[in-house]
This record gives sequence, structure tokens and C-alpha cells, in this order.
Amino acid sequence: MSFGPFLLLALMEGLVSAAVLALMASGLSLVFGVMRVVNVAHGAFFMTGAVLAWFVAGHVPGPPVWGWLAALVVVPPMVGLMAAAVDTLVLKRLEYEPEAVIVATIGLLYILEQAALIGFGPDARPVAAPFSLRLQLPWFGYSGYKLFVVAAAGLVLLALWLVMTRTRFGLVMRATQVDRTTARAFGINVDRVYAGTFGLGAALAAVAAVLVVPTTQVHYLMGGDPLLLSFITVIIGGLGSLRGTLVAALIIGLSDGVISMFWAPTLSKIIATLLVALVLVFRPQGLFGAKA
Amino acid sequence: MKTTLTSFAPSRRAVLTGMGAGLIAGSAGLVRPVWAQAAPLKLGFQLHATGIGASYGRWYQRTADAALKKINEAGGIGGRPVEIVYEDDGTDPARGAEVVDKLNSQHGCDLIFGTLFSHVVMGSAPRAGELKVPYLVCSEGYHVASGALNRWTLQPGITDVRSQISSMAPWVAGNLGKKVTMFFPDYAFGYDHRDFFTKAIEAQGGQVVAQIAIPPTETSYTRYFAQIPAETEVLYHVMVGPGVLTFVKELGEFYGSGAKPQLFGFIDSLEAVDTATPGLEFLEGSHFWEAHPRVKPADAGAAEGDYRAAVGVDDNGASVADAKDVATYSHMFSAWETLYFIKQAVEASGYAGVADRQKLVEAMEAISDLPYGIERPQGAKVFNGKTHQAFGSQNISKIEGGKLVKVHTTTIDEGKYDDAVDYTTMSF
Repeated sequence: MSFGPFLLLALMEGLVSAAVLALMASGLSLVFGVMRVVNVAHGAFFMTGAVLAWFVAGHVPGPPVWGWLAALVVVPPMVGLMAAAVDTLVLKRLEYEPEAVIVATIGLLYILEQAALIGFGPDARPVAAPFSLRLQLPWFGYSGYKLFVVAAAGLVLLALWLVMTRTRFGLVMRATQVDRTTARAFGINVDRVYAGTFGLGAALAAVAAVLVVPTTQVHYLMGGDPLLLSFITVIIGGLGSLRGTLVAALIIGLSDGVISMFWAPTLSKIIATLLVALVLVFRPQGLFGAKA
Repeated sequence: MKTTLTSFAPSRRAVLTGMGAGLIAGSAGLVRPVWAQAAPLKLGFQLHATGIGASYGRWYQRTADAALKKINEAGGIGGRPVEIVYEDDGTDPARGAEVVDKLNSQHGCDLIFGTLFSHVVMGSAPRAGELKVPYLVCSEGYHVASGALNRWTLQPGITDVRSQISSMAPWVAGNLGKKVTMFFPDYAFGYDHRDFFTKAIEAQGGQVVAQIAIPPTETSYTRYFAQIPAETEVLYHVMVGPGVLTFVKELGEFYGSGAKPQLFGFIDSLEAVDTATPGLEFLEGSHFWEAHPRVKPADAGAAEGDYRAAVGVDDNGASVADAKDVATYSHMFSAWETLYFIKQAVEASGYAGVADRQKLVEAMEAISDLPYGIERPQGAKVFNGKTHQAFGSQNISKIEGGKLVKVHTTTIDEGKYDDAVDYTTMSF
């Protein structure tokens, strides 16, 4: 394959991973921004979303598109509600103490993973794509669904941005982010904002899971890698900054696509991790993060 | 490193624990059958119950339990009842070494067996050697016969990768093509494939035109397909782990219905996966190596039906309880055959307790002929006591109508190679 098509394939692959990463990481970033909570269970929420998507899609008769759509509608609220319950029942009682919250979410990660292992089993299982369009380019074929994932992720991120900047819920969330005590003094129910934010963050991971699951497959350990990449993205972009998260996701995704195709996949992981180290040394607040 | 207390003056905690354990064991003893008066033979099983090997672990446990039931019903081993102690290693090498310790020191097992994933074997075997406990692996890796391990580690229940590949290569070169691109996992198990297949196909006048190593945690493969040279006639793929379906699906998207190379895969890619899964249509007409054909062949031996019934697998290779629960059929027989190998060696050596472990290993090394029968449902084997490795025949199957149909069986001799080590000259 010559250089042009090779680069095109690398960029397309990179764009897909960037889109999914942006969705995942924005959830993580949102939770940290508003609540100052490092959610180690974020990848487990992603996995839970995928398992539920498999379950829902398997119980809807008719062509695969209905099952997938049902999953897209039902699963993110389910995961969101579950996360909100975790916030109210566990994190709130720990008073959002950073170390305690990290330990608690690690525990949650294990509970979710082992629950999936018991209920769903150790095997990898597929979810049918809603449509099977295949694009035949002159040099190679490519999945049309993957390009749809990019577009859909873009739409979800746009909606998230509108919610954050144009709605009352977004305003309340931003107010809580700036100053929790003052927000409470103005009559904002901070507990409910926290539960809502934690739920929204998890729901974003679940949306990413439903989108990505037809291109990969459901497995109870699938949350590990996305979690790691999300942390890398959020650290580079700046914790709590949506814009930074998006830019960082694009950098990580595209560089991963190009570097792993032209050189080696391990090299791209090395570079991403090195980038995190450099950012932490020279710009600890991240590319777009505000100074703490 | 952890050491175990073996002093003669027990600590207070040890006494209390012992009393507690005695109470539990005592009350359990009330409901035990009468024949359990002879002390049972305790076999430790290093099980991949969690982690990436969990699909295999589930079936290894079922298979070992089935063999155990059969053996105990027939009077146990050397007149003693047998029990298996399962301990989860999380498919993790560091944990694997701890499990060896635990099974040996805490549970007091007579020996340890059942490990599949090669990195866990590599992590655990040295500890088994230090503890001087017989360690019988079911992992296919060439690491036993290569001489990398020790006198206490044996692989009597499954043929190793080098032998599998040497017996496959002539068929691949003769029937599919001579210019091969290889996809393999980027760790020890994959390197065995890379090195030995490359050599074996060159011996047939063929050539490996590209070697593409995939990191074990990879989830997307399209990017690697761009590296497949256009002259490729055969795509050789061996992948392990949950990414397999994606690999095949993306291969289908990449090539579409246009011209494509022949596919030859190791069934490791599709263990525990239904070959009729939507998205796998691309595999139709392609070939797979199988140790033990998943779909019962028309010419299956006499023991096949009994074995399937015992382990609860139907003629399509799925659980009789759930047709969606597909077995890891080409590997799990090794747990069964290893247990029968243990039986044979324990009875031949007159093994009575841990003091006889060395005698037990020597008795294992003395075994050579392992004929076909219910003890070896996969087929007859020859055990090489010097290299601690068993050799058996292999099968090639073709996917027709979404099902694996056996098309070729190799002989044991086709998979033989010169000894690389003589463990019997090493000290215990």
C-alpha cells in the first residue's frame, strides 16, 4: 500500500479512537471538574454499559438496528442512575475525601467487574451493528459504522457543551464547580448536583460503550484500557476542562493511529505516557486547565 | 519472598486456626462416605478462573471435575480417593507463583497441575522447582521441551506448539499457498509460532513474507492490515483473548468480497466462540488447526461419545446445558488426560506421600506409550521422558456452513523433532 492511502487509513482509525476517547474522557473530566472526585470506576461504568447494551440488544426482536437503538436509549440512563445511587450511598458518606473516594471507586471497579464475570461470563460476546454499510475505497474497504461513530460522538459532545453552557442544569453545575459553599448559600441543592454530575459522567461512558460495542465486543475486562487512556487524555487536556479534553483526545487518538501504523503500537503508548509525564512536570494543570 | 512456618512448636494462631479447621473438617467428616477412610490424594489445580484466561478456566475446571468423578467412581488412584483443590491465579504470572506456594504449603497438595497460559507457566515453574513439587502444565508452549524449565515441570497432556506447527506446515504449503503473512500475539506464545512456522514453511519451499506482532491488549486491528503484502497467498493467524471476533470482522471489512488470501488459523483464535456468530461469515471456507475437533467428526473414535457426555459437551462442541456456551474443546482435554497421566504415574511409583515426589517424577519420565482410549480422548500420544513433553496427532478443519468440519489428520511422527534437552540428567 502506498503512502497516501496508508496515511488515510491511519487517520481514519485515529479519528475513531479519538471520538470514543473524547466521550469517555469528557465524563471523567466533568466529574473531576465539578466534584473534584477521581473516579477510578469510570472504565467499569463503560464496561457495564457494554454488558447492558449486549443484554438489551439481545432481547429486542427484529433487525439489529432496533436492538441497538433500544440500547442507546435505555442503557445510558440505567448506568447514570446506578452511578447517582453510588454517589448518594457511598461517596457522599465519605464526604468526598479524595483518598477515600479513590479507594471506594477502586472497590466499585472490582464489584462491577466481578459482577459481570458472574452474571455475564468470561467470554467475549458481540453486539450486531445497527447497519452494515461497507465503504469500498480504491485501496481498501472500511466500515461505514465506524465513521458513523465519529459523527455520533461529535453530536453527543455538542449536546453536552450546550447543556453545560445554555441550560439551567449546566449553570448550576458550573456554579457548584466554582464555589460549592456559595452555591449552597444561593439555595442550590449541591447533593443533587453531585449525584447528577456523577450520573452524567457515567452515562457518557455508557454512551461511548453503546457506540463502540458493535465495532468491538463485550468482555468483562474491557474497561481497563479505556480508563487508562481517559486518564492520560484528561491529564494532558487539564482536569475539568471540556475543551482541553477534546483537544487532548484528538491529539492522543490521531497520534496513536499514525504512530502505531507507521512505527509500532507500543511506541505510541510510550509517547502518550511520556507526554503525560512532560505535562505533569512543565504544566501540571494541563494544556487548558485553570491553575488550582 | 514469603516463607512458610514449619517449626515444630506451633504458634498460638496456628493452634487456633488448626482447631477451627479441625472443627469444620470434623463436622464435614460426619457426612462423608465410608470409603473416605484412606487419606485422599490431594491435587492442586492452578486455575484461570478470572483474568483473560477465564473462558478457558471455566472449561478446564468442568473437564477436570468430570475426570475426577470418573476416576473416583472407579476406585480412585491407587485405592485412594482423589480431591482437586482449585486456586485462582487471575491468569497472572506473579499470582501464579503465589498460587503454587499456596497449593503446596497451605493446602498440602501432592502435586500441582492444569496451568494453560504460557506466561503463567513461566512465572510459576521456577517456584515449583524450588519447592520441589511436581508441576504438570497444560499449556501447549514449547517452554517445557525447549529446556527452559526444570525437572519438576512436565507437559504430558497436550502437544507443544512447535510440534503442532511442524506437522501443519506441509499441509498449508501443499494446499493453501507458499507465501505467508503471519499475525501472532506479541509475547512468548506468539514468538513460538513466528519462529517455528517460519522455519517449517521454509522447509517446504515456502516463505513468510511478513510477520505482524499484535500487542495482547489490542482492540482494533484494521491498522495492521495495511502491512499485509499484496503477494500474500495465505494469512496465518493465531490470536488469543477477547479481541478475536473484532479481528475477523475487521478483516472482512478490509477485504470485502474482493480478492483475498487464503486464511489459516489456530483454533486458539476461536476457542469458546461460536463459529456461526454474526460477523464471522468471512471465515467461511477458511481452515483451522484443531487439536481435538470441536464438531464431532464422522470417524470419531469409540471414546469420543463417552468423553463428551462426561464433560457435558454436545456434538457441536457446546455445553449440553446452554448451546451458546461453546467449549474450549481443543485445549480442555489436556486437563483430563493429565489427570489420567497422574493416575498412571502414582500407581506405577507406589507414591504414598510428599516424600515420594522424586520417585513420582521418575515414574512419569519412564512413561512413553499413551494409547488411545477414554484416558486419552484426543488421541494416542507418545511421551518423551527426556524432554517432559507429549506428542499427539493434530487435525485441520474447514469452516463449512458456519461449522468446523475436519478435513485432515496428521500422524504423531509428523510432529516429532530432535530433543533439545534431557531433563533426566538434571538434578532434582
